[in-house]
Amino acid sequence: MAAFASPFADLSVVDRPTVGGKGASLGEMTRAGVRVPPGFVVTTGAFERFLAGVDPEGHIRRSIEALPAGDLIAVSKAAEAARARIVSAPMPAEIGEAIVSGYAELCGAGGDQPVAVRSSATSEDSSEASFAGLQETYLWIVGADAVLHAVRDCWASLYSAESVSYRLRFKLPEEGLAMGVVIQRMVDPRCSGVMFTRSPLTGDRSVIAIESSWGLGSAVVSGVVTPDKYVINKVTGEVVKRTVSHKTVAHVPDAAAGGVREIAVPDDRRDAPCLDDAQIAELARIGKSIEAHYGCPQDIEWALAPDVDGTERLFLLQSRPETIWANKERQPAAAPKATAFAHVFDMFGGKPRT
Amino acid sequence: MSASERAFPLPSEIRDLPGTEGWEQMYPYFTRFRPEDDKVFWFYNAMHFPEPMPAFDVLTAEVPYQALGAFTTRVFSFPTTLGIDHRIVNGRIYITAYPVTDPEEIGRRLAVFQERAGYYFQNWERLYGEWKERMHALIRDLQAIHVPALPELDDIETVTSAKGIGQNHYVRESYHRTIESFSKMWHHHFEFLMLGYGAYLVFFEFCKKAFPEISDQTVARMVAGIDVFMFRPDEELKKLARLAGELKVGHKFGDGSDPTEIISALEQMGEPGKAWLAALEETRDPWFLMSTGDGFYHHHRSWNDDLSVPFSAIARYITMIEAGQSIERPTAALKAERERIIADYRALLGSDEERGAFDQMLGLCHLVFPFVEDHKFYCEHWFTTLWFTKLREFGALLARFGVIADVEDFFHLHHTEADLALQEVALAWASGGPPAGRGHWKPILKERKRIWEKLKDWSPPPALGPIPENIADPALQMLWGITSETLASWARKPSVADANELHGFAASPGVAEGVARVLKSANDIGQMRDGEILVCPVTNPSWGPVFGKIKAAVSDIGGTMSHAAIVAREYGMPAVVGTGGATKRITTGQRVRVDGNTGVVTILG
Repeated sequence: MAAFASPFADLSVVDRPTVGGKGASLGEMTRAGVRVPPGFVVTTGAFERFLAGVDPEGHIRRSIEALPAGDLIAVSKAAEAARARIVSAPMPAEIGEAIVSGYAELCGAGGDQPVAVRSSATSEDSSEASFAGLQETYLWIVGADAVLHAVRDCWASLYSAESVSYRLRFKLPEEGLAMGVVIQRMVDPRCSGVMFTRSPLTGDRSVIAIESSWGLGSAVVSGVVTPDKYVINKVTGEVVKRTVSHKTVAHVPDAAAGGVREIAVPDDRRDAPCLDDAQIAELARIGKSIEAHYGCPQDIEWALAPDVDGTERLFLLQSRPETIWANKERQPAAAPKATAFAHVFDMFGGKPRT
Repeated sequence: MSASERAFPLPSEIRDLPGTEGWEQMYPYFTRFRPEDDKVFWFYNAMHFPEPMPAFDVLTAEVPYQALGAFTTRVFSFPTTLGIDHRIVNGRIYITAYPVTDPEEIGRRLAVFQERAGYYFQNWERLYGEWKERMHALIRDLQAIHVPALPELDDIETVTSAKGIGQNHYVRESYHRTIESFSKMWHHHFEFLMLGYGAYLVFFEFCKKAFPEISDQTVARMVAGIDVFMFRPDEELKKLARLAGELKVGHKFGDGSDPTEIISALEQMGEPGKAWLAALEETRDPWFLMSTGDGFYHHHRSWNDDLSVPFSAIARYITMIEAGQSIERPTAALKAERERIIADYRALLGSDEERGAFDQMLGLCHLVFPFVEDHKFYCEHWFTTLWFTKLREFGALLARFGVIADVEDFFHLHHTEADLALQEVALAWASGGPPAGRGHWKPILKERKRIWEKLKDWSPPPALGPIPENIADPALQMLWGITSETLASWARKPSVADANELHGFAASPGVAEGVARVLKSANDIGQMRDGEILVCPVTNPSWGPVFGKIKAAVSDIGGTMSHAAIVAREYGMPAVVGTGGATKRITTGQRVRVDGNTGVVTILG
């Protein structure tokens, strides 16, 4: 069973090849004591078993490898055919059982609970993962059948036209292609957002930037709302900048149809800050500890939501290494000199100062 | 550009304030603006001179600028800057810095600078040790200066020790020695200061590069000293408060009580009261020689001159001790916190190379900070308070001979006029005739005092003349925080939208709301009430004791390395400094919000 579905608590970063980056990171955070909504990962092994059942001869992979990279019509036809086979194929019993029992365990005694189903790419390179369409997310999925469907939808996203084109263009092998699928209890947040443990504007590593808005974080990530912004000094803990924005819309769970819907924010909450100082401070503390845990600046998604006991708490939904500034070349601010005071000579040395 | 388009008026466009005509007679000819000064950029030095200058007190500008320029221009040969020039208009001091721009000259000056500044940096600790000895000697010499009493007959010792010199000679000699000692003090003041600030500036610039979003106040926290002199007077007040508790004499102190009454009550108490008064006497020299200003005005009296400031602080500390509150300054915790901040920033640097440079630069700051932090007590407070006290002895002599009506009138004479008046008294004493000064000075002084009072009504523009394209003078930046950005913010005319907002430097984090108390002069410090927000022209070290009872501080002028900013950070109290005109736009009793994170002060009404 463990081969097809692994609870977060059993995972860590070393499991990336079998559960993907997102799943491994959620496991790592869970084990580090960070409050993460509980969940499990459908492993790459599950996908491979599934694919072997759907296509024992390996037709899908061979036909895709044979495609001419530039022929978009042929690519999209083949991709569509592959996706159709994946979403319509029955789930092998042993995998289905693993997922259903994992889901049941997540729900506990309270009946079916909403979950998020997300793809979890094994690729090391996050830009590759994003080009390859490996960032599928299905929110507010309720019931075992819906979960099984969403898992197959995630798997099928490996065969989106853009994903296939990308692999063809870079001549990436189809063999061994796989993904994990994260299934995680959904929280119904009062507000949520993102947090960078360095400045997204200047790359300054001594500050933490938080963005927040009402409802689900998808509103912030997709850019439909201008979020509140806070800059916190990582060393002193002071909130050095605070911008409360006019927040007109929010994403909220669509309890009836599943998924999320966009609503207008009531007038009296539009200009109100989402977080108080204690919550900002706690978020920053969490950000610092996650950065320290991974040893590099992080790009984090968070939510402020009722816990199972009804008490509102901060949850971490995702954390990944920050890549934009990490990949930039930066000149050192200064290098040591023969004497400490030689720095003063340099400053007064007539070089243009601004 | 027409006058209306320019951000600042030209010097030649400044008009006399009606009723102050003739003000320039109080000041030396070389302090007047000249036609060619219209081409130069000047700014109002409100940091040091927030009030109109009494005639004598202009020496507190002339002498420091002689000394500062000597060290930057001639002694150390700073490569890109010469010295500071000053002018006086409507009683206010405007200054400018002369930069060096010719690359060849900069190169020549740099070679000299490296040798000379290098010598000081290499031998800093030894030279600073010698500096302290020199300052102590200078203070002893000043105190030893004898002002002759000019009695009816000279002392018998003049005969028995065959001095061969009548005591009226010493009117001249002692006066000149007093003036000269002030000049020596200011030379000592600038001997190390610009090099010290240079070390600070280098570290600030490095931090801004490595951490683009770091605030000045955070850099300052890594540099600031903790066991420094400027905290000592306040510590002495706490010591006296604790002693009052131990001796069970604390009940004699009430907030707002007259110090004279407290002292006489203590005298009548017998032994415990006497023991406390003895401890007070021991503390007063030097720790009560704190000026309530920065030593630039004769009327900014010291704690010793007006015991109500220290006594009200002592009373408050006694109440706190009785209520079981701690009055200790948590120096160990403050040090540990500073070390933690340093270690955390150091760890965030990108490479060992950067960490090496960081260690060097911060190490240099920590080498120079004992001087940078302590010189002010030695110079502007300890020495200068004694110096004004000595000058009052000469004032008393003139008053006794009927030349001036009151000792304080002495400071409305220019120092050369005071010299003349003293010589004439020495002459009259010798001739036995009446001094002409009796009829001469009194009407002049009366008119000057009237003009000086009137000049206080003038609102000096923050700057005069054309704004330079790029202002990057290290002296201006180090001493006055003047950069192109500062000038841009001065030039910005307030729009309707932010009519209730003032912008300054965020000096100490936190947000506080409360009732404002605007204090134009440091002498009014006794008016502060618990929980008020202090609004003042310039934050000042001797105000330390009131920091415990106020909610926040706002100043017109000041930088993030100022002592007041450091104290505010230690008290965890929001402070915004350098707002430009808080004392004009805020009135006592208004509710204000002080945001020490963003540097914004909002008038709530």
